[in-house]
Amino acid sequence: MGHTPRYKEPQPMSTLEVSPADSLPGQPSHSVTNDFSIQVATVNGSGSQTANSVLLRAIFQMGIPVSGKNMFPSNIAGLPTWFTIRVSKYGYIGRRKEIDFLVAMNPETAREDVMKLDSGAAVVYDEPLKLNELRSDVHFFPIPFDKLVAPVCPDAKLRKLVRNMIYDGVVAKLLGIEMEEIHKALLKQFGTKKAKAAELNWGACQAGFEYATKTFTGRLRFNLERMNETAGKIIIDGNAACALGCMFAGCTVVTWYPITPSSSLVETMIGYMKRFRLDPETGKATFAIVQAEDELASIGMALGAGWAGARSMTATAGPGISLMSEFIGLGYYAERPTVVFNVERVGPSTGLPTRTAQSDLISTALLSHGDTKHPMFFPASPAECFSMSIDAFEFAEKFQTPVFVMTDLDLGMNNWTSDAFAYPEKPIDRGKVLSAEDLEKLGGFARYRDVDGDGVGYRTLPGTNHPAASYFTRGSGHNDKAQYTEREDDYVNNMDRLAHKFEVMRQFVPVPVIQEAKGASIGFIAIGTSDCAVRESCDQLRDEYRIAASYLRLKAYPFTNDMLEFIRRHDRVYVVDQNRDAQLLGLMRLELDADLIAKLRSVRYYGGLPLDARTVTDDIVKQEGK
Amino acid sequence: MSTTTTPPPAKKVNHIGLEVINYKGSKTTLCAGCGHNSISERVIEAFYELGVEPWTVAKFSGIGCSSKSPAYFLGLSHGFNGVHGRMPAIATGALLANSTLMGIGVSGDGDTASIGLGQFMHMVRRNIPLIYIIEDNGVYGLTKGQFSATANIGSTLKTGTVNDLPPFDCCALALKWGATFVARSFSGDKRQLQAILKTAIAHRGLSVIDVISPCVTFNDHVGSTKSYSYMKEHETVLHELDFVPHFQEIAVDIPEGEVMDVEMHDGSHLRIRKLDRDYDPTNRLAAGAILEEAEAKGEVLTGVLYVNPLKPTFIEQLNLVDVPIGTLPESKIRPSREVLEQIMEELR
Repeated sequence: MGHTPRYKEPQPMSTLEVSPADSLPGQPSHSVTNDFSIQVATVNGSGSQTANSVLLRAIFQMGIPVSGKNMFPSNIAGLPTWFTIRVSKYGYIGRRKEIDFLVAMNPETAREDVMKLDSGAAVVYDEPLKLNELRSDVHFFPIPFDKLVAPVCPDAKLRKLVRNMIYDGVVAKLLGIEMEEIHKALLKQFGTKKAKAAELNWGACQAGFEYATKTFTGRLRFNLERMNETAGKIIIDGNAACALGCMFAGCTVVTWYPITPSSSLVETMIGYMKRFRLDPETGKATFAIVQAEDELASIGMALGAGWAGARSMTATAGPGISLMSEFIGLGYYAERPTVVFNVERVGPSTGLPTRTAQSDLISTALLSHGDTKHPMFFPASPAECFSMSIDAFEFAEKFQTPVFVMTDLDLGMNNWTSDAFAYPEKPIDRGKVLSAEDLEKLGGFARYRDVDGDGVGYRTLPGTNHPAASYFTRGSGHNDKAQYTEREDDYVNNMDRLAHKFEVMRQFVPVPVIQEAKGASIGFIAIGTSDCAVRESCDQLRDEYRIAASYLRLKAYPFTNDMLEFIRRHDRVYVVDQNRDAQLLGLMRLELDADLIAKLRSVRYYGGLPLDARTVTDDIVKQEGK
Repeated sequence: MSTTTTPPPAKKVNHIGLEVINYKGSKTTLCAGCGHNSISERVIEAFYELGVEPWTVAKFSGIGCSSKSPAYFLGLSHGFNGVHGRMPAIATGALLANSTLMGIGVSGDGDTASIGLGQFMHMVRRNIPLIYIIEDNGVYGLTKGQFSATANIGSTLKTGTVNDLPPFDCCALALKWGATFVARSFSGDKRQLQAILKTAIAHRGLSVIDVISPCVTFNDHVGSTKSYSYMKEHETVLHELDFVPHFQEIAVDIPEGEVMDVEMHDGSHLRIRKLDRDYDPTNRLAAGAILEEAEAKGEVLTGVLYVNPLKPTFIEQLNLVDVPIGTLPESKIRPSREVLEQIMEELR
C-alpha cells in the first residue's frame, strides 16, 4: 500500500474518533525513537503504582535508559497522581517538562492534562471520558477499560486493582515494548509468592495488548527500540540505596519517626537488616531499630547511642529537622557522632509534603542556637546514596559530630537506573576511641584536648574498665577535661577548636565533580538532584545557543578549595538552587571573599517538581542576554 | 626505740574491694541543705554497699538543679547531661548501643513532669532498664522559684502566688503505663531511700523513684507542700524495707506472716515489714488504689508502691546479641561482598 496510516481508521462499531495523523499541524515528519516522555495520570490509591513500575522495568530490560518520577498527593486515596517515565537514548534522566504520550485515567484531571499537551502528542484514555472532543491536534486512543477488565477478572472486587494493567498492554503495543519484557517485569514485581496476582495482572495486560493490536493498526511517531545501555544496572530509589549504605556501613542503632519522604529509608532498612544482619550462629540481631515517639526522641536516642559507641542514625525531613534543632546543638557542642538523613521536601511548615525541594540547606547547615555548623553530604544518585552513607558514618566518627546526608524526595522516593553499587573496600574506622589498654599506657586523657592538631579529641566509651576512662558529657560550658566551666578563656578555646575542626573537615569531605567546557566563561554550581537538569542544560546551551558552560557539582559542605578555584576560573557562576531564597548561594556568601561573591548568579526553581533542564537553560539564556 | 610498727588500719572496702571514695563524685555546687545532696549520698552508699563496678554504670540527666547531681556521685562512671526533659531518649539510645550498662538517670519535677512528660511516659511504656530518680521539689530552682507540674493545688510560692492547677503524680503515671518498680521516698529518710535504691539496682526493668527533696531556697516555706516541715507532718510510711543482696545469706529469724519477701531478678531479696496496713506491692491495682486514697487524705505515702521483677524490658524484647551491639567488630556488622552482589542481582 502506498499510504500507510499511522493507525487504523475508526471501526464502525467503535466510538473511536481520531483525526488522521497527516492533518495534524506542527507534526514533525520524522519518528522519534527512544527519546520522549510518557505520563500516566491516575487517582491515588487505584493500584497504578504496579502498572507504572512494570512499564518502567520493561523499558529498562530492553536496555533503554529510563527514569520514573512519581508526582503524588499527600493523601492515601482519591487525589490525582502523575507518573512520568522518560526514555532517553542520550541518557538524560532528569524530568522533562514536555509530555509526548499521556495515559489519562483520572476523570478529574484528564481535561487539563490533555490541554497541556503539545501538538502531536498521543493520548490513551478511558473511553467514557470522551477526551477526543477536546482538541484535534493530538492522537487519541480510547480504551474501554471496564469492558476489557470484566472477562479477565471475574472477581469484581479485584477489578479496580487489575484495571490499570490494561494500559500497560496498550502502551506496549503502541510504543513497541516487548511483551516478554512486560511479563518478566511483572513476575519480578509480584515475586514468587504472589503468582496468582501476577497471573491475573498478566491477563489484563494481554487484554490491553490484544485490544490495541486489533483496534489500532498504524505506527505512532514515538517508538521504543532495544538498546544495550542498562546491562548490569539496577533500578532502585535513593532511600533504599541509603538504607543499604547504612547496612554496609555497619550501622547498629537506628531510631526514627515516620515522616514523608524519609519513612521508606528506614522501612527498607528493616527488611534488609532482618535478612542480612542477624548473627548466623544465634539468630540474634546485631542492630536495634526503634520507632521513637517523635523526632525529639529519635535524635536523642541516636546521640545517646553514638555516645555509647554505636554507629547510630536517624532519618527525617524538614519538620523533623526543626524539632531536632536543640539536640543537634548538643551533638555539635558535646561532640557526639551520629548520622542524620534529611530527605528534603517542600516547606516551610507542613508545606507540600509529597513534593521535592532543596530548601533545608541553611537551616540544616546552621541547625541549633549559638554558633553551630554541621557537615552535609549531597548525594546525586543512588550509587552515591550508597557510598556517601558509608562515608557519612566514617566522617561522623572521625570528627565526632552529627553529619547530615541531604537527599530529597525526588532522589529518595523515585526509581532510578543506577550502576550496581561497589562494595566498600576501606575497613571500618571507628575514629579516636581509647580502650582500657590505651588508657593504661597513657595514664589518662583529656576528652576535649586537641592532641593531634586536627581539633578532634580522644574519647572513651561508657563501660570501659579503667579508672581513668570516665568523663562527663554535657551541653554546658566545659574545658578540655570535660569539666564544667564558665571561664571566658575556656569557652573561647573550646569554640575555636570546634571552628578549627570544621576547617579541617574541608580536607576530608567528598570532593566536587568538575566538568570543564572548553573556553567556557560561565559555570554552574549545583548539588544533588539538580545534577541531571544541569548536565542536560549544559548540552542544551552548547547545542542550541553555542554557550559553553562548565559545571562543578558539590558533594559536601563545608566547601572545598576546588570550588573557590572553579569560581575564580569563570566570569560568572550560576548557583542552582531548588528553593526560593538561593540557600546554596547564601551559604557560599557566608564564607567567600567579595570578589568571588560578585561572580555568583542565581538560578532558582521551587515549584515542587524535580528540576528540569529547560527551566535552567531558559533562565541562563535570559540572564546571559542571548 | 621500738622495732615494731603498727600497721595502718585496713581500709574499709566493699565485696569487690573498692572503697567508698571510689563511688564519690565531684564536690556539689547545690545549696547547703538541698535534698538533692542527701539523695546523692544515698546513691553513693547503695552502689558502694552492693559492690557495683562503677565503670559498668552510665549516668544520665536532663537540665535543672536535679540534673547537675550525677556529677556529684559515681565519678568513675561515664555521665551524660543532656537537654531539658529529654534524658530518657539519650538513656534509651545508650542502652540500645550497650545493653550491658547499668543506667541511672536523675531528673527533676520540671524536667520530668513539665517539659519532659512525653519522653517520661514513653520510657515508662517501654520499660527501659533504667533507675530513674525524680528529685521532686515542686519548683524550678535554677530559674529562681517557679511552680513545676508536681506542685500541689493550693500550695504557694515564696512570693505568695497560689498554684491553682492539680499536680501530676509521677508514681501514678509510671504505675499505670508500664514501669515495673515504682517507689516514693523522702530525701530525709536515709534508711528507706537506701533500701529503695538498692532494690532499683537489683531490678531488671524501669525503676521510677519519686523522691520528695525540699528546695531550701525557693520552696521550704509555710504554704509549700514539698518542705521539710510539711513532709514531717504529712509523710505516711507504708512499710519498713530491708534489702538483702544476692551475695548475702538471709537471716531466718523473722516471724512468718510479718514480712513479705520479693525475690528480685538478680537473686536479691526485698523484705517488706508490715506497719499499719496490709499492702502487697506486687498488686498493681492495689497500688493505684492506695495512691488515690492517700491523695484524698492529704498524705504523702512513701515506700515501695509496686514491684514486678519478671516483666521483660524493651531491650530484652529486641532479641539483641549478648554483647554490646555498638562495639561489634566489622565482621559482625558489615555483610559480605556476596550479600551485596545478591542484593544487586535482585534489583536488576
